[in-house]
Amino acid sequence: MDAMPKWADVLLVPLISIVIAFFFSGLVILAIGENPIDAIRTMIQGSLTSSYGWGYTLYYTTNFIFTGLAVSVAFHARMFNIGGEGQAMLGGLGVAMVCLALPWPHWTLALPAALLGGALFGALWAAIPAYLQAARGSHIVITTIMFNFIAFSVLNYLLVNVFKPPGSMDPATAVFPPGTALPRFSDILGVFGIPFSAAPPVNVSFFVAILACFGVWLLMWRTRLGYEIRAFGHSESAAVYAGISPFKITMVAMLISGALAGAMAINNVMGESQRLVMNAVEGAGFIGIAVALMGRSHPVGVFLAALLFGFLYQGGAELSLWTNIPRELIVVIQALVILFTGALDNMVRMPIERAFLAARRRRKAREAGLGKTEPAE
Amino acid sequence: MTSLKKLLGATALVAAAATVANAEPALMYDLGGKFDKSFNEAAYNGARRWAEETGNTYREIEVTSEAQRVQFATRLAEAGFNPIVVLGFQNAATVEEVAPNYPDTKFAIIDVGWLDIENLRQITFAEHEGSYLVGMMAAMASESDTIGFVGGMDVPLIRHFACGYAQGAKAVNPDIEIIANMTGTTPAAWNDPVRGGELTKAQISQGADVVYAAAGGTGVGVLQAAADADILSIGVDSNQNYLHPGEVLTSMLKRVDNAVYDVFEAGVEGFEPGVHVMGLENDGVGYALDEFNADLVTDEMKTAVDQAREAIIAGNIEVVAYYENDSCPVLEF
Repeated sequence: MDAMPKWADVLLVPLISIVIAFFFSGLVILAIGENPIDAIRTMIQGSLTSSYGWGYTLYYTTNFIFTGLAVSVAFHARMFNIGGEGQAMLGGLGVAMVCLALPWPHWTLALPAALLGGALFGALWAAIPAYLQAARGSHIVITTIMFNFIAFSVLNYLLVNVFKPPGSMDPATAVFPPGTALPRFSDILGVFGIPFSAAPPVNVSFFVAILACFGVWLLMWRTRLGYEIRAFGHSESAAVYAGISPFKITMVAMLISGALAGAMAINNVMGESQRLVMNAVEGAGFIGIAVALMGRSHPVGVFLAALLFGFLYQGGAELSLWTNIPRELIVVIQALVILFTGALDNMVRMPIERAFLAARRRRKAREAGLGKTEPAE
Repeated sequence: MTSLKKLLGATALVAAAATVANAEPALMYDLGGKFDKSFNEAAYNGARRWAEETGNTYREIEVTSEAQRVQFATRLAEAGFNPIVVLGFQNAATVEEVAPNYPDTKFAIIDVGWLDIENLRQITFAEHEGSYLVGMMAAMASESDTIGFVGGMDVPLIRHFACGYAQGAKAVNPDIEIIANMTGTTPAAWNDPVRGGELTKAQISQGADVVYAAAGGTGVGVLQAAADADILSIGVDSNQNYLHPGEVLTSMLKRVDNAVYDVFEAGVEGFEPGVHVMGLENDGVGYALDEFNADLVTDEMKTAVDQAREAIIAGNIEVVAYYENDSCPVLEF
């Protein structure tokens, strides 16, 4: 059944895909008259060689972990939740409402409450498409993407008409009370005397994201509910035969998915801007789809893929800062990575699988020739 | 985590990749991007004009995400660019955070006028006054006593435009009907000429015969739809009269280009901090008159508008700003 070992599946295939993507990106950079080697060096130097660069890379990574996990949980139930954008937006609203509701004395109190608020709003936003799918069979892809636009309009209305401080031009909420400021890496590591740049917005939410990875793993592979979600995803009719309710699983999987997307807001709204601005999510919900695809819907894979996209975001920022490569090209590079790792995955996978099969056949043939018997793998 | 730990000892900040010998100015665009045919592009035109006239160079950068605002502004200051012009009210929090850390660097921000920072020049535009004038012209040109307004994204700034426009129109004809529509609630609304055209057609079918577009790239579609239906339109920010000669009544000018040009031209030595309002009196806003619309603007119209302009400058006419109490006296949103 398994054509190749697990390490090849989770590491080798994506790695080769990335190399191909970078090769083609290099050609594009060459075509516009810039030096691809310099470009790659700028990206790596700007994102991975200093605590400053790491700080931004991990900040973006945190966003993508949450949205990637959100998409992957729905994937396991064979549902394509492309509403992460809207769910994260509404999550931001939940976080903002919690943060502005009370003069929070300390972040240790504010964080769990805000996390709950964000997750609740995200889950509620996912609940309507989930119900429509579960009860009426309205396709989740259509409803979730349309709910993104509704979320945009809801947020726009609320920010312009309700939450905007009077007289301000900026459609954004007031700044949160200081007690809600999450400690950044410079604060956390400063306690241990380790220097870390104070500029980047990476904060304690990163650890919450890692906990969320662990939680999702626990849920999907160590609980009955996770088993039911996966069973439902593999075969709905078999799941029904086993007594699993499709209605319940559809609802629960989407609620968890929405809650994870909504929880992202503790990073970008509470950790970074300290107020809710209109385009706070800026595409992280959609990147989450690529992250989940690339990470094979496994929390470890999601973490690694989120790290890659964090690097692409921060490296891309450095690229537009220090070279004449236009920002549109950075989107091209990201698109190529998504194309090769997500859409054209089989292009790399098939030859590698074949190579592994051929190698195994040769080994088997040799072993058979030597007259040895070995249990089949 | 281990790879992270290894790198924690690394330097706190990468050495600036570019070193600047003689202070070179820098321009940081807002999220709309450099070529938005409107606000950002006007700034770009001003910077380019300065570069062409003086033969000097400048650095420009486009932010693509919220987290990059502070990041880029810091890096520009770190690299020694001076002065640094930052565009857009959404960057108010950015300069508030970055400017005090670099007291020797001169910052300028456009569309913000409420901060208190020593090394910051704040430039605001009296868009409501300029819109008031074009609103008067729209009301005088209208034969159906119905005029339209197509905004971009529904944000206070665009309501501010609409409110000035409505006040001007009502000043000429208290019974005039104003149909105001916003293109959308996402940033895509700044660049949706198709939807802009649809809204314009809808307004025409409701009787509008002059339509004012304050919608960035979307306005191109508004002006096109108006020209197709043989009614008048009004451009915004830059002079857009040439787009459809004889069909564009006028354009409400917002001289962002001049604001950028002035800061670049003054350089570090001539830098003046404080709040600078670009209004009618210093030609920061106004209406466009050129060979493309000369036949459309009657003498009567011109006299009335110029009188109103003088009266606003003198303080005899007060145009209410939407911001004052987040509502418009003559228009509901």
